Amino acid sequence: MTSADVWKAQKTASKEPRRRPHIPQALKSAALVLFLALLAFLMSLPFLWMILSSFKPNSELFAYPPVWIPTTWTLEHYVSAFRTAPFGRYFFNSAVTGVGSTAINIFFTSLAGFAFAKYDFRYKNVAFFTLIATMMVPFHVILIPLFIIAKNFPLVGGNSIFGTDGTGLLNTYPGLVLPHLVPAFGVFLTRQFFLGLPDDLIDAARIDGASEFRIYWSIALPTAKPALATLAIFSFTTIWDDFLWPLVVTTSNDMRTVQLGLQVFQSQFSVDWGPLMAATVAVTAPLILLFIAFQKHFVRGVISSGVKG
Amino acid sequence: MAVQPIGPQRRKLERVALLFIAPVVLYTLVFRIAPMVSSLYLSFTRYNALQPAEWIGLHNYVRIFQSDLFWTALKNTTIYSLEVLPLNIVVSLALALLVNQKIRGIAIFRTVFYLPVVTSIIAVSMIWLWLYNYDLGLINTLLEYIGLGPYDWLGDPDLALHSLVIMRVWKGAGWNMVIYLAALQGIPQQLYEAAEIDGANSWRRLLHITWPLLRPVTLYIIVMGIISTFQTFGEIYAMTQGGPLDSTTTVGYLIYQQAFDQFQMGRASATSFVLLGIILALTVTNSRVMADRD
Repeated sequence: MTSADVWKAQKTASKEPRRRPHIPQALKSAALVLFLALLAFLMSLPFLWMILSSFKPNSELFAYPPVWIPTTWTLEHYVSAFRTAPFGRYFFNSAVTGVGSTAINIFFTSLAGFAFAKYDFRYKNVAFFTLIATMMVPFHVILIPLFIIAKNFPLVGGNSIFGTDGTGLLNTYPGLVLPHLVPAFGVFLTRQFFLGLPDDLIDAARIDGASEFRIYWSIALPTAKPALATLAIFSFTTIWDDFLWPLVVTTSNDMRTVQLGLQVFQSQFSVDWGPLMAATVAVTAPLILLFIAFQKHFVRGVISSGVKG
Repeated sequence: MAVQPIGPQRRKLERVALLFIAPVVLYTLVFRIAPMVSSLYLSFTRYNALQPAEWIGLHNYVRIFQSDLFWTALKNTTIYSLEVLPLNIVVSLALALLVNQKIRGIAIFRTVFYLPVVTSIIAVSMIWLWLYNYDLGLINTLLEYIGLGPYDWLGDPDLALHSLVIMRVWKGAGWNMVIYLAALQGIPQQLYEAAEIDGANSWRRLLHITWPLLRPVTLYIIVMGIISTFQTFGEIYAMTQGGPLDSTTTVGYLIYQQAFDQFQMGRASATSFVLLGIILALTVTNSRVMADRD
């Protein structure tokens, strides 16, 4: 069963007992649906409360007893959120780094994934398992050296060839994407996919005189679209959701990302709840829409990182 | 392998393959493996990112193990992990069993249960900061309707860590639900039919068929859960800053503080290797224990 089927599949394993005629099947399903609906309501309550809060005027936001549905729906918190901080800029930063790193990631990891699946070379297994092992290393372990690399990157940001005197890649887009550029997960995922690509296709192209890169680009890659879509989503969400790295690699307000932007509504003594909820809706909505549009690709990412691993 | 060419053709293909993997290999060497090595080196030095690193041998490690804050952080992280993992397994397996049913519209429920997973940890933190608010938060308001509370969810040192546990279970259950769902759909139907004929009720079938067959998946979920819970950082930074009274300081948050608040980069590197050691030890032990029980 492919992973996309898992999401769509209607029941395969567990099965209602066929005996026990005293409880009608229809009643049982109705009870189950009711229970599921209640559970779904509870699970989505935090989201609903966030959305409702973001549209309430302050008088209702802080009312006691609480007002559930705003009597007047207002956009004032959204306006105020985008005035408090340059959220347009934050969205732009997150989107640009997300799309850029995704493109780089897809190209280089699928190229390597193809080589690991379809060529024979010395130390292939050692190289592959070393790559996979790096996925397990806690980010905290490499955080400080990565920060030093970013800061002392030679010949950028006013740095000398020895990486001194300037700020290097701090507060730059390349700096923001540095740790997520070519994740081993992409190699793992695309290799898995290319293992299933028929060798005859490659042989035939070779006999026709196609170069090896051409075989990868024109034959292998187009067949891998589902895997690439999964990888693209994985890569984009990694950048969009990233927090710790942008926190250390950016200091200028212009280079902040959306997740860092959510911090501006909290001061030591008070929180601007209305604008904070509005901004959180705005930051969350793109990924939720992406998820609803491409569910099976999200799910494939989870399953291929798990069950097959 | 597509073809087994010999001689020059074979060498040509080998060169092509090495060229294809070169970018990934170089990147991994420079941005994963070299940083690990240099982090290990830094852990034996005093380093503040401005002056050159000064070799001080095991001093950082000695200081870490003598520091109360480290042991507090380790205790908090362990409690957090010990609470999150079993709760997450129970909730996600229950959800997986529930959504593995033949009901029209079941996809909608799967989607809803998965939504917290696609929400960033910082956004989730902001939502729950509001839910947990002492005076105006929804949770205290609802509890008051049934005559409970109010609780200072994030301000009470005895409660704050557990409040973060609840939030994390809510956020993470959908992820493991999908993994369990995939595994459930791989269990042969005949096993259940045979058990049913033998008169096993659904609880016994769950206990004696489903749960044992899910063990490899559960092991995987525990290992990944240990790795991720022991690195917990984002929600601590965004919600409690380790407080109140260090009751939510995790090892991941401690490392950040050492490195970027106090600029003790050597000390922070050493703490990160202690963390790596703990995670490795726990995952290896856990795999052994689970394997022995088979």
